[in-house]
Amino acid sequence: MYWLKIPFRFLRSEVLALPTRVIAVLFVAVLLLFPFMTQDTYLLRVVVLTAIFTIYAVSWDVLSGYAGQISLGHALFFGVGAYTTALLNLRLGLPQHAAIPLGALAATAAGILVAIPCLRLRKHHLALATLAFPLMLTGLVFMFPGLTGGELGITRIARLATSRLVEYYAVVGVMLAAVGVLWKLMSSRIGLIFHALREDEVVVRALGINAVRYKLLAFVLSGFTAGIAGALYAHVIRVAGPSNLDLFMSFQPVIWTIFGGAATIYGPVTGVFVLYPALEYLRAIPAYRMLVFALLVLVILRFMPEGIGTWVRERLEVNCPHCRLRNAFTRRTCRACRTELAS
Amino acid sequence: MGRPVILLMLAEILVNGLVLTGVYAMLALGFSLVFGVGRVLNLAHTAFFMLASYGIFYFVGQETGMALAVLASAGVVVVVGLVLYKLFIEPVRDMEATVLIAALATAVLLQELMLLYFGDRYLFVPAAFPGYTRILGVRVGNQEIATLGLAVLSLVGTWLLLARTRLGLAIRAAAQDREVANLMGINVGRVTAMVMALGLLLAALAGAAVAPLRTVGPHMWMHPLVIVLAAVVLGGLGSLKGSLIGAVVLAFAEVIMVVAVPGGAFLRTAVALAIMLGVFLLRPHGLFGSGVAEEG
Repeated sequence: MYWLKIPFRFLRSEVLALPTRVIAVLFVAVLLLFPFMTQDTYLLRVVVLTAIFTIYAVSWDVLSGYAGQISLGHALFFGVGAYTTALLNLRLGLPQHAAIPLGALAATAAGILVAIPCLRLRKHHLALATLAFPLMLTGLVFMFPGLTGGELGITRIARLATSRLVEYYAVVGVMLAAVGVLWKLMSSRIGLIFHALREDEVVVRALGINAVRYKLLAFVLSGFTAGIAGALYAHVIRVAGPSNLDLFMSFQPVIWTIFGGAATIYGPVTGVFVLYPALEYLRAIPAYRMLVFALLVLVILRFMPEGIGTWVRERLEVNCPHCRLRNAFTRRTCRACRTELAS
Repeated sequence: MGRPVILLMLAEILVNGLVLTGVYAMLALGFSLVFGVGRVLNLAHTAFFMLASYGIFYFVGQETGMALAVLASAGVVVVVGLVLYKLFIEPVRDMEATVLIAALATAVLLQELMLLYFGDRYLFVPAAFPGYTRILGVRVGNQEIATLGLAVLSLVGTWLLLARTRLGLAIRAAAQDREVANLMGINVGRVTAMVMALGLLLAALAGAAVAPLRTVGPHMWMHPLVIVLAAVVLGGLGSLKGSLIGAVVLAFAEVIMVVAVPGGAFLRTAVALAIMLGVFLLRPHGLFGSGVAEEG
């Protein structure tokens, strides 16, 4: 039984040592076991939609949180993904597992198309230029109602899966995979360069790094991921309509990510998993729903301007002053170098 | 009217374009000032324009008369705006992304409050100046003339304030460089609040000017917000002259699309934004923007 020791040791020294990692593992476990705890259709559906929007929020975070290329028009990628799968599925009869990746690829192409004029723009100009694209596409959608269904959108898209359980695991699986891959990428050299791009692009270029290539990579990664989210969304709610492209759809990932904590992967995940179910729960008081939502966002940001995820993490963990390793707040000494931790 | 249709259409474009220019110019100027001095990208700016329109509706309903209604709703807008700014925006002013979301949440908050109090329906404000005047043989509504007059008055007033007073000098100094202005003994925090009030006042007057011409509804802030953002960046962020020119260009583009192109109303936003992108392709910092101010 010696080989069992390796995963056990890993668990003890790398996971149990840090409260946030314990929370992350518990979160994934609960998410995977959720259908065994409840069979309630409504609850499962809320989790499925939350998972889809998590993919969407994380994609915004990669482009805008990490690489600093603030996009206020992220609905473009979401909408292109949704419309493309809907059209492929309905007009060409492609099955879902073929239509969704193609939708994501179309969104990637949209990302490159947006990036070309936007590469020269900085900060606010970039944010406002990106804002333009989904709204322009909405104009085109209304201009050609024969193809796009106009205001009503494209309906009668095939269901993602025949059973609710398969649908749940498909969406949650894709979400965990997407978040995992992006988390790995963002902790790698690429993520480091993205951080540097956000902080100071001139320095990045001075270091001999091709800034344009990495910005393009950010657009491509983000467009692809947001496209997956849009395509899944179209198959789950079975409509692709102009509301996928509207202003609010563009602002939603921004709200979620900043609420959770930008430039981190756990931030957008926390943001969506707190705010989206909260918004659903508020359906109990329909008249005050958005009012309470706006107040919630305002008050939380007033007291935790770096986002609720980052705020909690800073309460649970401290950095060792000597070796910069993260430690649980309960420890007196650093778990690696035994330096006294200032309380 | 034996006159060719094309001339009538041109006259309509000219009149509506000028009125819309006035409204967008007031909004864009306020937005630009707030951005220039406070470095706040205030997405809630046009929500206050909506608030002012509702204010006009409410006060006119109380039979106060138009002049008093304009004053009262402007007062309400400035006070509410400053309170919200002090409560939610100023404490997080250093974090750009957070400011963006806080401003957006403020706009949604105002929208929902109006929705709760006035309901989800379009409201009509009776024109304060009914009737028409003939100018060069073209019938122009008196209300349109009044709106244009109000816009011209407030723009000239703002210009005089900025160019001829000590406060204006302080505002321009703070817009150029916050730190140096601070070192010169200007209370930058107070100047920012003053500029915020000025921007709110301009938004309120724009709302008051529009209320009798259009319907008042809880979502009326979205379209102007997009246009104002486009106008401000088209002219170059931080440049007041640029914002005004952006407002003229986009207002006329919108009116031409609506009046002259069949089905163009769907595309009015798209065309405005396409113009903005076209300018970006040629000049990445906008018409009058400078690359240097961006870095600060």
